[in-house]
Amino acid sequence: MNVNDIRIQFPVLGSKAYGKPLVYLDNAATSQRPLPVIEEQARLAKTANANIHRAVHYLADKATDAFESARDYVKEYLNAASREEIVFTSGTTASINLVAFSFGEAFVGEGDEIIVSCAEHHSNIVPWQMLCQRKKAHLKVLDIQENGCLQVENLEKLISQRTKIVAITHISNVLGIVNPVQEIIRICHNHGVPVLVDGAQGIVHSHVDVQSLDCDFYAFSGHKVFAATGTGVLYGKKKWLNAMPPYMGGGEMIETVRFSGTTYAPLPAKFEAGTQNFNVIPTLIPALSFHRACLENMEILDYQKNIREYVYDRLLEDKRITLFGQPESLQDKIPLFSFSVEGVHHEDLALILDKMGIATRSGQMCAEPLMDRLGVTGLLRVSFTWYNTLEEAEYLINSLYRAIEMLS
Amino acid sequence: MSCTLEEKKQAVIEDFSLYDEWLDKYEYLIELGKNLDPYPEELKTDDHLIKGCQSRVWLDYWLQDNRLYFRADSDAIITKGIISLLIGVYSGRTPEEIAADDFGFVADIGLRDNLSPTRANGLVSMIETIRTVAENAR
Ligand SMILES: Cc1ncc(COP(=O)(O)O)c(C=O)c1O
Repeated sequence: MNVNDIRIQFPVLGSKAYGKPLVYLDNAATSQRPLPVIEEQARLAKTANANIHRAVHYLADKATDAFESARDYVKEYLNAASREEIVFTSGTTASINLVAFSFGEAFVGEGDEIIVSCAEHHSNIVPWQMLCQRKKAHLKVLDIQENGCLQVENLEKLISQRTKIVAITHISNVLGIVNPVQEIIRICHNHGVPVLVDGAQGIVHSHVDVQSLDCDFYAFSGHKVFAATGTGVLYGKKKWLNAMPPYMGGGEMIETVRFSGTTYAPLPAKFEAGTQNFNVIPTLIPALSFHRACLENMEILDYQKNIREYVYDRLLEDKRITLFGQPESLQDKIPLFSFSVEGVHHEDLALILDKMGIATRSGQMCAEPLMDRLGVTGLLRVSFTWYNTLEEAEYLINSLYRAIEMLS
Repeated sequence: MSCTLEEKKQAVIEDFSLYDEWLDKYEYLIELGKNLDPYPEELKTDDHLIKGCQSRVWLDYWLQDNRLYFRADSDAIITKGIISLLIGVYSGRTPEEIAADDFGFVADIGLRDNLSPTRANGLVSMIETIRTVAENAR
């Protein structure tokens, strides 16, 4: 398998933007979908559209099977201990909000503490802030070093008797650095503190085995790993999920409903109130199986490494460019690069590159505290995935030079 | 003012139609941005700031002989270019004229993606502010 075998599975990659071949480098925001994903969604809409779990008829059974197969698949994919530990949501944000609410209801009280890092996406900050407000608890922040890596050595000092949970990103969507989550989890567990891992980027660039990680929660979005939008996953250890009250009330999440009181359904239904996204959740299967095939293919991995090194070196050697997120070893860096250019605004660069056919991301990237910490108003980000080519990387660098010329 | 608001807008649209290529249009905007009249540093304060998602815009205005005058700045050069277009068209018009305008011409010259509300950039807010200022000055 080589990059061309991959590209032909993605219809959008052959298209043009403003007359130029489209070069899609905003993969960290959302990835494109391969044909098997597009076809699965269409197939379900055509042949298995019925509300799941509720009805006893042929179509409903088909839809339910597809939905529950996705749960089995994700359980295997993450190596979860049981299928009850896989809760479907609309995305990472919804998964984290669920935990912040329900875990918070069960375990967080006045004066308690929650720890996040300063390199978090807003989705892993704001739900905890809301919880802290609700419960009069405190949010504590783990800082980064100058090179962008977390100050893991300070984590132990931050943890106190009052720490109820630590919520940390597996891979930063700005710095592209793989955090030592295994070590973080070990430290937290030594103090009896559970850990939620924001896996929105982590799922895209690593083998995630929740049992060997021993994380308490792992959240990710299918739309960043080639599935359709609205395919969120929350993995949670059974002991926590069982102890947490439901997040939303409604259909499916109940056992019996009486005006004198309602009892809740067992896991995972307890956390899946209302009609589920049943035409779409099953796209996780072709998406993750495509993804795994790439993650396990040496040729593809090597090719992506070459791209990563090429872009990293070109950005570093240009004195006008400041690259944020430079871990000691490139092994801890995914092919995601956020940078600023001296005297040039990130928005201008993004607009010019767009007109050259290159999709990038500019701005705060939903990480305003991190922007403040880095002392910038925003950055330009390019993020590569399996279908991007070395030629595209070269075109990016040349276009970037040209855009900088135009703008300086 | 010798020409009408409509004529001014037409002139901008014609200037833009000279460029077929997207990049050339942006090159022209960058030139305009670089040549925008300087904006006083001391007026880059929070009450002049129009906060957008990405680029910041500062706007100052005054009313003289029933005509509104604007000056503005941005930290992004393309936004400055568009500011220059807007100021060229709207500065020196009466509040009535401005308030009655639909500001559609920025989209007409193909800069819609700088203006889409979802990007929530400073420019959208700048147009809103110009409109509000004109409404209030009537
Ligand atoms: C690290 C990280 N966390 C959380 C999110 C939020 O994901 P979603 O918007 O799919 O809920 C993102 C996506 O931008 C992300 O990169």
